[in-house]
Amino acid sequence: MHKGHTWERVITAIPYLWLFLFFLLPFAIILKISLADPVIAQPPFTPMFDEQGNLSVSFDSFIFLLTDKLYAITYFKSVMLAASATMLCLLLGFPMAYGIARSEPTTRSILLLLIVLPFWISFLLRVYAWMGLLNNYGVINNMLMWIGAIDQPIQFMYTDFAMLIGMTYSYLPFMVLPLYATLERMDLDLVDAAQDLGATRTGAFWDITWPLARPGVIAGCLLVFIPAMGEYVIPYLLGGGESLLIGRVLFDEFFVARDWPLASSVAIVLLLILVVPIMLLQRYQARDAENA
Amino acid sequence: MQHRSRFLLTVLSFGYAFLYIPLISVVFYSFNKSSLATVWGGFSLRWYGELFRNDQVLEALALSLQIAATSATFATILGTMAGLVLVRFGRFRGRTLFSGMIVSPLVMPEVITGLSLLLLFVSLQQLIGWPAQRGFSTITIAHTTFAMAYVAVVVQSRLTSMDESLEEAAMDLGCRPLRVLFDITLPLIVPAMVAGWLLAFTLSLDDLVIASFVSGPGGTTLPMYIFSKVKLGVTPDINALASLIILIVSVGLLLSWAAMRKRSS
Amino acid sequence: MIEAANPDSFIRIRGVSKHFGDFVAVDDINLDIQKGELFAILGGSGCGKSTLLRMLAGFEEPTSGTMEIDGVDVTRQAPYERPVNMMFQSYAIFPHMNVEKNIAYGLRKERVAANEVDERVSDVIRLVQLDDFRARKPDQLSGGQRQRVALARALIKQPKVLLLDEPLAALDKKLREHTQFELMNIQDELGITFIVVTHDQEEAMTLSTRIAVMDRGRFLQVGPPKEIYEYPKSRFVADFIGTINTFEGRVTSAGDETISVDCPDVGVEVRALCTEDVKVGQDVCVAVRPEKIFISREEPEEDEGVRVRGIVDDLGYLGNLSLYRIHLETGRMIQVSRQNRRRSHKRFVEWDDKVWLSWRPRSAMIIQGDD
Ligand SMILES: Nc1ncnc2c1ncn2[C@@H]1O[C@H](COP(=O)(O)OP(=O)(O)OP(=O)(O)O)[C@@H](O)[C@H]1O
Ligand SMILES: [Mg+2]
Repeated sequence: MHKGHTWERVITAIPYLWLFLFFLLPFAIILKISLADPVIAQPPFTPMFDEQGNLSVSFDSFIFLLTDKLYAITYFKSVMLAASATMLCLLLGFPMAYGIARSEPTTRSILLLLIVLPFWISFLLRVYAWMGLLNNYGVINNMLMWIGAIDQPIQFMYTDFAMLIGMTYSYLPFMVLPLYATLERMDLDLVDAAQDLGATRTGAFWDITWPLARPGVIAGCLLVFIPAMGEYVIPYLLGGGESLLIGRVLFDEFFVARDWPLASSVAIVLLLILVVPIMLLQRYQARDAENA
Repeated sequence: MQHRSRFLLTVLSFGYAFLYIPLISVVFYSFNKSSLATVWGGFSLRWYGELFRNDQVLEALALSLQIAATSATFATILGTMAGLVLVRFGRFRGRTLFSGMIVSPLVMPEVITGLSLLLLFVSLQQLIGWPAQRGFSTITIAHTTFAMAYVAVVVQSRLTSMDESLEEAAMDLGCRPLRVLFDITLPLIVPAMVAGWLLAFTLSLDDLVIASFVSGPGGTTLPMYIFSKVKLGVTPDINALASLIILIVSVGLLLSWAAMRKRSS
Repeated sequence: MIEAANPDSFIRIRGVSKHFGDFVAVDDINLDIQKGELFAILGGSGCGKSTLLRMLAGFEEPTSGTMEIDGVDVTRQAPYERPVNMMFQSYAIFPHMNVEKNIAYGLRKERVAANEVDERVSDVIRLVQLDDFRARKPDQLSGGQRQRVALARALIKQPKVLLLDEPLAALDKKLREHTQFELMNIQDELGITFIVVTHDQEEAMTLSTRIAVMDRGRFLQVGPPKEIYEYPKSRFVADFIGTINTFEGRVTSAGDETISVDCPDVGVEVRALCTEDVKVGQDVCVAVRPEKIFISREEPEEDEGVRVRGIVDDLGYLGNLSLYRIHLETGRMIQVSRQNRRRSHKRFVEWDDKVWLSWRPRSAMIIQGDD
């Protein structure tokens, strides 16, 4: 690997081996199991090489995934929900990031702190907090009934709406922070210059601010979309029994149905869907590191 | 200007209300006397008392803290090495794969990381009999793996922003490279390592999904315990627990924020 | 400091102030500028130059006062409504547009027809000599090229007034001098009124028809470069523009045109030309520019000016000039400069040489009052 000193080689080798063993190898295993057939045994899948040493691979799990309508719907719904949450985060997060970036330095650092704070509080507990709000006898319904807007509680919990709110809420800081970083870096003279040359406030926003904020917008959207796609806690706590998202299906397929090959295939298809966004995000982050 | 900033002010207020109302309501209901979590029955500290008498919570907390401290320490060591390799050691064969493996855990959905690690542990057990039981060790390994990526990024950005001429000056004064590493480089990145450790610690304490995959019977972390309870609905003792966590995090963050402001001014 | 109201002034600024909280950035400015002038605002960092300019452009609203351009009150107009364009201190070139798009931006916003845009962009690109760089992105340009893009972008809308905030600050000395003349040519050609902000006094002197010297949000003196240099009204202005030797003293006699001042620092009585009203016994300040002082080895001929003896403390060779620091017998240090007219290896005087200094009454100025 290295031409340098022995100790340099050692320092390189230790994290390299660790990642190889605990990050790369596991993916190879997922891939291997996804090409097996489920059996009732321990472990519950057929070996890659049978007793005669012949290679035995089966694409049954993938074929099943692609032909079963339920899975198509689940993937589609996961994408739609994650995309909707991303849009909501952007709609709310952009003006917030803009407002923070344009506020006085002292106010700004407090506002930023308040964005970061929820991030340090357990994700699980933040989702849980919404259970208390959205319940049939929760805070929101109580309020609405108290002011007389409704006389029957509205069913919020266990709906797509609840999941959407939960995702938007949980991932909003991921949107605000990269947006803030790009907006804060932007030279305010540019907006003044555009107005000086005849652009209105709105015109200057669309001509200058928005295109220059695009790296932040893309990074923010990916940072929300990618984890939202694989979300497990939110569909479990806020979504109903039939509102299945892919992260939860994967978990259940593995632990409840004990169909390891199918669970592995589900993971691989999810990864394939996310490959493009993940690579985009890595490219943007690398470029960002260069610019900083 | 006026018009515009009124719009921004509205959105900001709405956004922060959206972020904080759920947390505030949890804290509020944690003082509820009633055992029905969402019906106000008067003020009481009853649930806090119950929390401290709940052995399961305390056990889960102890396990979580142990795992967090261990994995954060390993993650800091490995992540610092990785950061050094990426910034200071120049090109070597396999560098692209290496940097790819460093950043991937940051963006990998948790369910995939969890599942892949579990399958690894199962396979290893089949092959070499280890790990005989899943729990502390497997969760610690899993957390170390994804947290070391965060540490590596923090250390990497610190190293990139650091003036390399300091190290060159030491070398110029006759320091051997390994000495330079210990005398100059490491002391300078200690703040980044501390920040990385804290981040790794928090991430580990927070994690539910990966731990649920790679844990076995008996290995219940605090988030796993909370999840098993809240699956069934809102409960007042979890409200109390959540409030305590919110309090600790807020105080810790406020203190470090104040310290940072003081130092910069 | 209110100037005589000029009925046909093109830009008219009346009592303009700008407060940021308690801080007064611009303090009650009055100013008239004629059409076609190249007006310079000169002052140290943070004295409020940019703020004044930004108020003219419409980015800041004055706390009080009014501004008129060509007979129209623009005080409350939005930036995009004003017949004014600005060249920013930071250039503010849009990083995501190439040179051509940057320059065309203003016309696009006016919804000028496409073929006319092309034509005018080509014209102005030729004017600033950027023909070879039309398609480049800003980060592929040098500092001087970027500066010309910013200039072209502001010029293309043919504004009535062009505001330039430290337009040459980022350029090296050679390029700066070259560009100064380019700017003057362009201004001459287009007849646009220029207001240039700078903290470089040489730049202000070469470029402008008139200069305003600014300090702490106020104008201390407004006038043509020569007047500012030769007849500064305060010590601040005298000090700010060029180097100067100043001596405190008391008036001993006041004639019609010349007065005598007793300056303990010089050691002899100093005679100076003074048209202003000074009384015997008044404390004044006598100021002499280094280039107005003669230096010689022999005692100069009798003359009604000043003659004193000193010792060369230090000397510096600048190529065109040599600078001398002369130690007077009173202990006072005086700066003198002398043109190097002859090509020679030998120095005119050496360290520790005894020399004579002299200057004419006409060369010394009297500064009353103190800022
Ligand atoms: N938006 C603002 N809020 C508060 N103070 C400001 C603001 N803008 C400018 N100032 C203050 O007003 C004063 C004048 O600023 P200005 O930018 O006009 O200085 P300047 O003369 O252009 O200086 P320089 O030569 O450094 O560009 C400075 O002290 C500055 O700190
Ligand atoms: Mg300025």
